[in-house]
Amino acid sequence: MILSNIGFLSLLFGLISSFIVFLCTVLNIKKNSLNLEKKIYKFLTLQFFFVIIGFFILLYSFLISDFSNETVYNNSHSTKPVFYKVTGLWGNHEGSLLLWLLVLTSFMLFFFLSSKNEPKNFRLYTVIFHQIIVIGFFIFVLKTSNPFDILFPIPSEGLGLNPILQDPALAIHPPILYVGYVGTSIIFASALAAMVTGYVNNIWAKNLKKWVLISWTFLTGGILLGSIWAYYELGWGGFWFWDPVENISLMPWLSLTALLHCISTLEKRDLLKNWSIILSIVTFMLSVTGTFLVRSGILNSVHTFANDPSRGIYILIFLFVIIFVSFIIFLIFESKNLENKKEIFFLSKETSVLINNWFMIYFLSVVLIGTVYPIFLDVITSEKISVGPPFYHKLLIPFLVPFFLFMSVGPSMSWIKTNLKFKISYVYYFLFTLILTIITIYFLSQKDILIKILIFSLVFLTIKTIVNFLKKNTNHAQNLSHLGFAMLMLSILFNAVTSTETIKNIKVGESFISKNDKITFEEIKTNEKKNYSSIIGTFEIKNVNDKIIKLYPEIRIYNQPVIATSEAAIKTTLFKDRFITINLIKDEQLFNVRYQNKPFMIWIWISTLIIIFGGAFAIFNKKKNYS
Amino acid sequence: MYGKKVRLRIIFVISILTTIILSVYIVLKLLEDDVVYFKSPTEIKQSSESITKKIRVGGMVKKNSITVDNQKVLFIITDFKNEINVIFVGTVPNLFQEEKGVVAEGVLEDRNLFIADKILAKHDENYMPPEVKKSLEQK
Repeated sequence: MILSNIGFLSLLFGLISSFIVFLCTVLNIKKNSLNLEKKIYKFLTLQFFFVIIGFFILLYSFLISDFSNETVYNNSHSTKPVFYKVTGLWGNHEGSLLLWLLVLTSFMLFFFLSSKNEPKNFRLYTVIFHQIIVIGFFIFVLKTSNPFDILFPIPSEGLGLNPILQDPALAIHPPILYVGYVGTSIIFASALAAMVTGYVNNIWAKNLKKWVLISWTFLTGGILLGSIWAYYELGWGGFWFWDPVENISLMPWLSLTALLHCISTLEKRDLLKNWSIILSIVTFMLSVTGTFLVRSGILNSVHTFANDPSRGIYILIFLFVIIFVSFIIFLIFESKNLENKKEIFFLSKETSVLINNWFMIYFLSVVLIGTVYPIFLDVITSEKISVGPPFYHKLLIPFLVPFFLFMSVGPSMSWIKTNLKFKISYVYYFLFTLILTIITIYFLSQKDILIKILIFSLVFLTIKTIVNFLKKNTNHAQNLSHLGFAMLMLSILFNAVTSTETIKNIKVGESFISKNDKITFEEIKTNEKKNYSSIIGTFEIKNVNDKIIKLYPEIRIYNQPVIATSEAAIKTTLFKDRFITINLIKDEQLFNVRYQNKPFMIWIWISTLIIIFGGAFAIFNKKKNYS
Repeated sequence: MYGKKVRLRIIFVISILTTIILSVYIVLKLLEDDVVYFKSPTEIKQSSESITKKIRVGGMVKKNSITVDNQKVLFIITDFKNEINVIFVGTVPNLFQEEKGVVAEGVLEDRNLFIADKILAKHDENYMPPEVKKSLEQK
């Protein structure tokens, strides 16, 4: 109990430090005192220190199962494995916001330490704008979601963590995702500061790019972990459902990707100033909007913990303040950062970046409309609708073909002007692509013309990207990520057109046929564990070549809270995943069995990892003098 | 009247505007086709025209209504005022039980029979889809 009080106080002190930093900077920014920077540094460290204390106190409370703390009581249980006691900290609303604060303050400190070579005023303004966000989140935590609320009398046992969150991939998903999300706050603050101080130029772009890369890489990683989790834990056998909660992580990713390309143009050519600023602001807005939509309980999903309307309203107000402030700053200081009057030649890297950005913004708009429109319709007409995959597929897939083609040639363009000369190698590329496409289509036995064209453009993209690796003076980070992306799209496409599934309700001892496999339900066992008991089925899968695989899907019944989950049994090989889930229906002897054959599943994860490697490579790569 | 540059710029702005308006229109039109509306059994009974599009039906699974065979699951969704028979082929979520909230997606065969192809997974046994809650409260 005393611990929780210390935790709360330490967060309060953290807030006070933020106010001191904010006021100090605002009041002294015109004066040219040397002490100011030292003072800011001191208080930023202090602020970070206080958040760390709060974080560790909460962590400790989780570890010793201190149920006098309401957050611990609501989300933990003494029989829970230690690992999930730790991750239970951010498996709930209050704790996850504390984690958010921790990342937020540590990033500010990191920014302040790593930006010593940049203009003083720019740094100070970044501190000011960032502290507005920090203060906003501090008040949000303390006022609406205090992780240190005390319960009296002290309950003897906690309520436990939702079992579907008790999973390794999901345990590290929030921290990774948060680094991505919170990184955009630095981008945002830095963009506004650069605007105010007239520092929107290639040097700023060069320094900001690092932050864009960090956010982008971690966001990609966070989305990947979430997808993997959805794949094996939710038991639907898919990895992306166009669920609103997935969409709101995709939206900042799309705008970050646009920004990443656009900021390179600013870095190399000192062009697209306003656009870079707008993208920086939009990216952060989308991150906060995501938080708002999830936390307010408007969207229902595993991410929605306890719904509390006051939280939603607070974030909404906060969001409007930020939008308003950035809009005003943009209008006032736009003239300070005049766009260079350079003509953009149509065959140049600048054009390809612009085309990339147009596509990204289009994809972003589609996802945004699909996600937000049902909410508006509900508010206005109280008509309940949901927008499903067909909407996104119809609007996105046809545009992927030109997107892939532009992506194939874009990286080979030079800055300023590309001299296009006819080379015999173009013919080779074309023929090679055509042959490979025909072979692929033959193996997939595809009739759909759109899929054929998609395969063609993707094969072309892959070949062009691989060839880029061999060129001199090439950007390997970019090549890696582009190759990863091409492979990802190919794997998704192959997976989508060749997956098969069979769903049957059968008893033990029965069997059924799914395409080339014969699945036999052999036996059933029960198993008692500390925090759950489970029913484990044994399935034998025999394919045409008489190869036998055994799979053991589970139904787990957790004791705290009492929830049943299906644990999928997956046999992964390089070429395909076999995926089985079982479910009880109405305590009868019949089990609901779902068998899926999912080719190239593992390549979806591998190629996303390659994308991430590309990002990481770019962060750590010191020499960046690519053409 | 105007210089060449100004005219070019006007044409540029107009073409951009028309593209935006046109694309928003197309997007919304498409949205119209692909959205799935949520209905309660009562709303289905009372609707004057027949519903042919894909919809979601939500309510409670009626007590003793689930029957299972090798291919399909049969059950009844009720909002305590009206009910509808559901035939479902596919994976049932863990928390699909009698006297619990449920949302099924599919097409109506007629006003008494709903062919579902998806039952939406719920993550919490006490969780009630907001749509179901609302439609039950209205009773």
